[in-house]
Amino acid sequence: MRKLALSDEILLSIQQPARYIGGEVNMCVKDPSQVDIRFAMCFPDVYEIGMSHQGMQILYDMFNHRDDVYCERVFSPWMDLDRVLRDKHIPLFALESQEPVKNFDFLGITIQYEMCYTNILQVLELSGIPLRAECREEDDPIVIGGGPCTYNPEPLAAFFDLFYIGEGETQYGRLFDLYKETRRKGGSRKDFLAMAAGIPGIYAPAFYDVAYQPDGTIAAFFPNQEGVPEKIVKELVVDLDSAPYIENPIAPFIQVTQDRVVLEIQRGCIRGCRFCQAGNVYRPLREHSLEYLKHYARQMLNSTGHEEISLSSLSSSDYSRLKELVDFLIDEFQGKGVNISLPSLRIDAFSLDVMSKVQDVKKSSLTFAPEAGTQRLRDVINKGLTEEMILKGAAEAFHGGWTRVKLYFMLGLPTETKEDREGIALLSEKVVETFFDEIPKEERKGRVQVNASSSFFVPKPFTPFQWAPMCTGEEFLGRAYQVKDKFKEMKNKKSMKYSYHDADVTILEGVLARGDRKVAAVIEEAYRRGAIYDSWSEYFRNDIWMEAFRACGVDISFYTTRNRELDEVFPWDFIDAGVSKEFLKREWQNALQGKATPNCRQQCSGCGARIFEGGVCFENSN
Amino acid sequence: MKFVGHLDMMRYFQKAMRRANVDIRYSGGFSPHMVMSFASPLGVGVTSSGEYMDIEVLSTDPSVEMLKRLNQVMVPGVEVLSYRRLPDTAKNAMSIVAAADYLVRFREGYGPQRWEDFASGWPGFLNQGSIFVHKKTKKGEKVMDIRPWIYGWDGKEGEIHLRLATGSMANLKPETAIGAYLESRGSQLGEFALLIHRNEVYANQAKAGKPDFCPLEQFGEDIE
Repeated sequence: MRKLALSDEILLSIQQPARYIGGEVNMCVKDPSQVDIRFAMCFPDVYEIGMSHQGMQILYDMFNHRDDVYCERVFSPWMDLDRVLRDKHIPLFALESQEPVKNFDFLGITIQYEMCYTNILQVLELSGIPLRAECREEDDPIVIGGGPCTYNPEPLAAFFDLFYIGEGETQYGRLFDLYKETRRKGGSRKDFLAMAAGIPGIYAPAFYDVAYQPDGTIAAFFPNQEGVPEKIVKELVVDLDSAPYIENPIAPFIQVTQDRVVLEIQRGCIRGCRFCQAGNVYRPLREHSLEYLKHYARQMLNSTGHEEISLSSLSSSDYSRLKELVDFLIDEFQGKGVNISLPSLRIDAFSLDVMSKVQDVKKSSLTFAPEAGTQRLRDVINKGLTEEMILKGAAEAFHGGWTRVKLYFMLGLPTETKEDREGIALLSEKVVETFFDEIPKEERKGRVQVNASSSFFVPKPFTPFQWAPMCTGEEFLGRAYQVKDKFKEMKNKKSMKYSYHDADVTILEGVLARGDRKVAAVIEEAYRRGAIYDSWSEYFRNDIWMEAFRACGVDISFYTTRNRELDEVFPWDFIDAGVSKEFLKREWQNALQGKATPNCRQQCSGCGARIFEGGVCFENSN
Repeated sequence: MKFVGHLDMMRYFQKAMRRANVDIRYSGGFSPHMVMSFASPLGVGVTSSGEYMDIEVLSTDPSVEMLKRLNQVMVPGVEVLSYRRLPDTAKNAMSIVAAADYLVRFREGYGPQRWEDFASGWPGFLNQGSIFVHKKTKKGEKVMDIRPWIYGWDGKEGEIHLRLATGSMANLKPETAIGAYLESRGSQLGEFALLIHRNEVYANQAKAGKPDFCPLEQFGEDIE
């Protein structure tokens, strides 16, 4: 039996001890003394969230295919264990070997959302690794970050030795070879970092300096050392089928958020919604072949024994072989006790047909994401979903027996007016009316229910809205109240519900999303004052963050409500994510004029992602 | 494995059945469930070498073959020891469980100073007609007589062997029994003091009167 890092007494006095013991189905077992590189892969949130993330499992599987690497997992200990580890001075450990993270060569941290930043500091501190990269010594692990938030790594730059910008499948092999080579030659940590900075997609923040204008914006961002590239081009897998997916996913003992096989069907998106970072930075769209997906569907279900499979991608309806894939899943797995859970699909005859085959119509609801309440504003954000499409889809669904509809919106979008906000209530009412118009009284089974909810808009780097000013917290709430009041005026208000997200956490997300290196001090200060698990409403403490901003003399409005000039140098401009700044500027101006842009399959808009020479851009040219 | 709770262990076996490709029967509906039930839930922190479950299959290979298939998909720490066919008329395991054997030891640093002194009080304790313990329930406290639920109490050199009532009719946890004994000696059972291992689970074959315990392993037959 493996020796556990925690005693029985500790494990029996905390919640969900199985979070910390490893030993799950398909966990990789190696002898740590027989490998050259020990890699601790961390998701800085609780086990149930981290184990639901596919990217981490892809890399775990891929790294462990190398005989010279042992990749293990690390998660944020929940608050009960956090306290115990601090009180008893127990170092944070990886699940596989149960050995301290500090003994590893690498600590890789996947950074999926802004509100996990304080948990990154928790993991570093509990591991006994200095928070600031500049304070680390030879025997500290190399701390490397990846994931969507690294498209603006600057707020975290002080805490990381390296960032990997883009899709992880391509360059880790080279990075590991370089590490082995450097260590073999007796090279130092710094030698390795300097050479790693030359690998495509790798950003080593210590080798770059920033000069600021008197107004606080960036004057220049430049390498401070020879041989370090000025621009970091994001990495991507051009031919998606050439990259391995997860052969043997780990199947946790405890129920995690995604307790199922998740099959990634494509990467990227053709749609070009102007608020969406993923849709921009993952361009161009690349699909997996049907054969590839069939292989992995069978393999992953067999190796985990999961009772459910779901599909994952942006805008899944755009996957060109979707019908064949869904038919395959139904034919092959339904009847063998495997549930098929569909991603959110465009509501039409096809999707309603498959939905009725795989789920209980009475219990499920339909989801539309109009994002904005009027056609004018939907054109501004380039969301190609019209009122006609929504009402037609809803009508078909009501005929199919569905009675519950969810509608997702955003508030605080650029150019938004009172009319757009009230449009949320009006559109919701029209959906209810469609039910009454379409379904005769005697055929109505159950009550119609429309649940509208809104989140507050956060402008993100590498989107056309990266120039957009954000609302203040008061403005956000004022806007939500307007929508709420309008709902109260609706004549079918009894069949409608409206809810909105928290505003405080949105403001903070806004600061971190478009922050620069000056924000690092605030993150550290907030963490020192007790901020942690900020994405969990029961732990989020806005007051702590506000104190931290004051203590560091950092002005929130500089990052949120400020008007950015078209030629401002952004903290993330040194990254080449494919989409060019020229394209984003064009799109920002199109947005302000309410002009929609066609999707990639209709017409190329010259976004810049053609430089990767693959994907949808080349679909018809060969 | 002892830190994996009962419900999670059930989920583990559901997935294991699929990995081993066991031709198990499902209930109907949109979210079908395997026909599977455990004899008796095992508490978190307790180890065991005598757990039972019954499943309903549509077809099966010989026991030897099924054992091999199941054990190929187990994680270290879980092993399938036996695979036997029950008659169609058999009641499910959960409904027939009546008792279980436990091996109880003190965790290092928690044990009695002198084992002989500790063990010398057993006969007197067990000779009482009734042993009352206070049990906290949702509606306050309840006083229960646990004496009828102690079927066996023995042991030596740091090991206590208990046979206790288990199941839906009456259920006595080893820590409750040991706790009652320590209290009768003016002492108290500390948290985490015990290491508990379940050895076997029994059904009661007697229609009335003195119980006739039969290990669940003896039910059914090997499949050739």
